[in-house]
Amino acid sequence: MNLAYYDIRHNMGRFLLTCLGLGLLLGVVLSMIGIYRGLVADALTISRTPAADIWVVESGSRGPFAESSRIPGDTREAIARIHGVTEAGSITYQSLETTYKAKKLRLYVVGYEPGRLGGPDKIVKGRAITRSHYEVIADRRTNLPIGEQLVLGRNTFTVVGLTDGQVSSGGDPVIYITLLDSQELQFELAPSAARREIARGNAQKSADLDTVNAVVARLTPQINPTIAAKAIQSWKHLAAMTQQEQENILLRSVVERARKQIGLFTVLLLIVSTVIIALIIYTMTMDKIREIATLKLIGAPDRTIIGLIVQQALAMGMIGFCFGALLIINIQDFFPRRVLLQAEDGLALAGVVMLVCVLASALGVRLALKVDPATALGG
Amino acid sequence: MSDDVQPDVLVKLKNVSKHFGEGDARVDALRDVSIDVYPGQVIGLLGPSGSGKSTLLNVIGCILEPSSGWVSLDGEVVYDGHWLRPDLRKLRLEKIGFIFQSHNLIPFLDCTDNVAIVLNLAGFSSMKAKARAIELLEYLEVDQRRHAFPAQLSGGEAQRVAIARALANRPRIILADEPTAALDSVRAGIVMDLLRKVAAEQQAAILAVTHDEKIYDRFDHIFYLRDGRLETQKN
Ligand SMILES: Nc1ncnc2c1ncn2[C@@H]1O[C@H](COP(=O)(O)OP(=O)(O)OP(=O)(O)O)[C@@H](O)[C@H]1O
Ligand SMILES: [Mg+2]
Repeated sequence: MNLAYYDIRHNMGRFLLTCLGLGLLLGVVLSMIGIYRGLVADALTISRTPAADIWVVESGSRGPFAESSRIPGDTREAIARIHGVTEAGSITYQSLETTYKAKKLRLYVVGYEPGRLGGPDKIVKGRAITRSHYEVIADRRTNLPIGEQLVLGRNTFTVVGLTDGQVSSGGDPVIYITLLDSQELQFELAPSAARREIARGNAQKSADLDTVNAVVARLTPQINPTIAAKAIQSWKHLAAMTQQEQENILLRSVVERARKQIGLFTVLLLIVSTVIIALIIYTMTMDKIREIATLKLIGAPDRTIIGLIVQQALAMGMIGFCFGALLIINIQDFFPRRVLLQAEDGLALAGVVMLVCVLASALGVRLALKVDPATALGG
Repeated sequence: MSDDVQPDVLVKLKNVSKHFGEGDARVDALRDVSIDVYPGQVIGLLGPSGSGKSTLLNVIGCILEPSSGWVSLDGEVVYDGHWLRPDLRKLRLEKIGFIFQSHNLIPFLDCTDNVAIVLNLAGFSSMKAKARAIELLEYLEVDQRRHAFPAQLSGGEAQRVAIARALANRPRIILADEPTAALDSVRAGIVMDLLRKVAAEQQAAILAVTHDEKIYDRFDHIFYLRDGRLETQKN
């Protein structure tokens, strides 16, 4: 006879309500984990899209994401000639704000050379950029439909293709344009003083316009990226790092604080959940003191009583967790930034919740075992 | 102390004392109580409030450890200066049935399961336990309420289910602390008659604490306690 089951069945409404409350709490924990994962995934998305082995940036810079980096436009040709480099591409990155349908739209603009490394890895709708000017591939998150016109700087662009899930480390949706367009855009958006200088012809205008933020390169498998990066490093004006180093920079500098903040908050939430589960189970046990005393009096062994408490705790944790998971799966798309729910995180949390339930029952079990059977006697 | 246990004595206490606290706070709840209870006897425990009736019942029920003395239950010496068995709960399960003033049924189990759980704990299969539980409920004439939960029962019905539970494991000693306190005189009489029937049919001993003068005539013997001392054994 499973007492835990009978008790739950008899107080079904109350039990489910408790589970629902716990479910909301665990839903928040799950979403925090999802937000954390989403933050990390978002931070790495843009750097992973080119699937490069090497990043070439300005000397002394840890760019192009963590710090600014400007290198001459002809760097790509020099890199492409290195032994072992199979592909290379120049890329520019810039954040800008434009208006779309009378609303501000923040965008992260990637300029690349069509046909070379650095473009979108997957176009889910529409086509790639075929003309050298004024075509845009936008991410779905911009809500721009194919064929839509978009004003960037002084020019009007046409959306020709869509990507999915391309965001900057700050969560802004990404658009891709040609390198030439992006260089013009960078010039237009440059601080006015610098722009005036260039326009007056004091600087070599063409050379200054032809800068990029980074060159990405792919290597043949035989070449060790670290060694290749070291070799490029020795060139004047250039620095190079491997993909792994680039990702480390992104995680350690760009989103470090946010990552720690959310990580810490998630841990706090878990602690709060533990305390709440413990209190719920303790109260549930308090409510059953008399029944527990009666059970002891009629000869029930401790194992029956521990079973009653621990099984209920586990059932509550399990059902609560399912409520929470269902909730978060259904609302994850309403979050403004990506919430990345991973099965292994869910399983890990489920495991933690089960563990917490068992630990939290300890308090209730202690109370139950101390109950004097004589409590059941008399009035 | 001697170990002679007459086989036909179900409950035997020799010079049992129980005190709570020490020094100024010391309360002598039982002083040198010796009793013999035989199969088939229905014993009433009477006395003013605080005289030690519940304490005596709890000592016999192995819920409260005496301070000194000697106790044997159903032919087995269970206390001789200290408990002789480590598994008192199992001992209770085997030998003793309890009936409480407030029925103390488990609220989340229906009547059948409230009785069956004792049998389950004693190792019966669920099927057998339920079958015997229903048999007992029939015997106590509450089987028509077998699917009801305790909260849905009248006081008399609940007390009869509680008696069924106390009888489930066929204990030879049944302890009842004011079993009729929550019942009107008619129902109290019915419950006492039932207990007399059980005592006679199962050769069990019944010890019932009561304040209820209306049922004094239902007892074979009355033990009268005053200040923890057994005063008289009236017949
Ligand atoms: N756990 C305890 N700790 C201290 N003193 C106790 C305890 N239990 C009982 N006593 C004391 O022992 C004495 C006998 O108590 P007991 O409960 O046996 O009386 P009773 O005859 O059942 O009274 P009533 O008719 O009111 O139920 C009382 O003075 C009581 O205060
Ligand atoms: Mg009492």
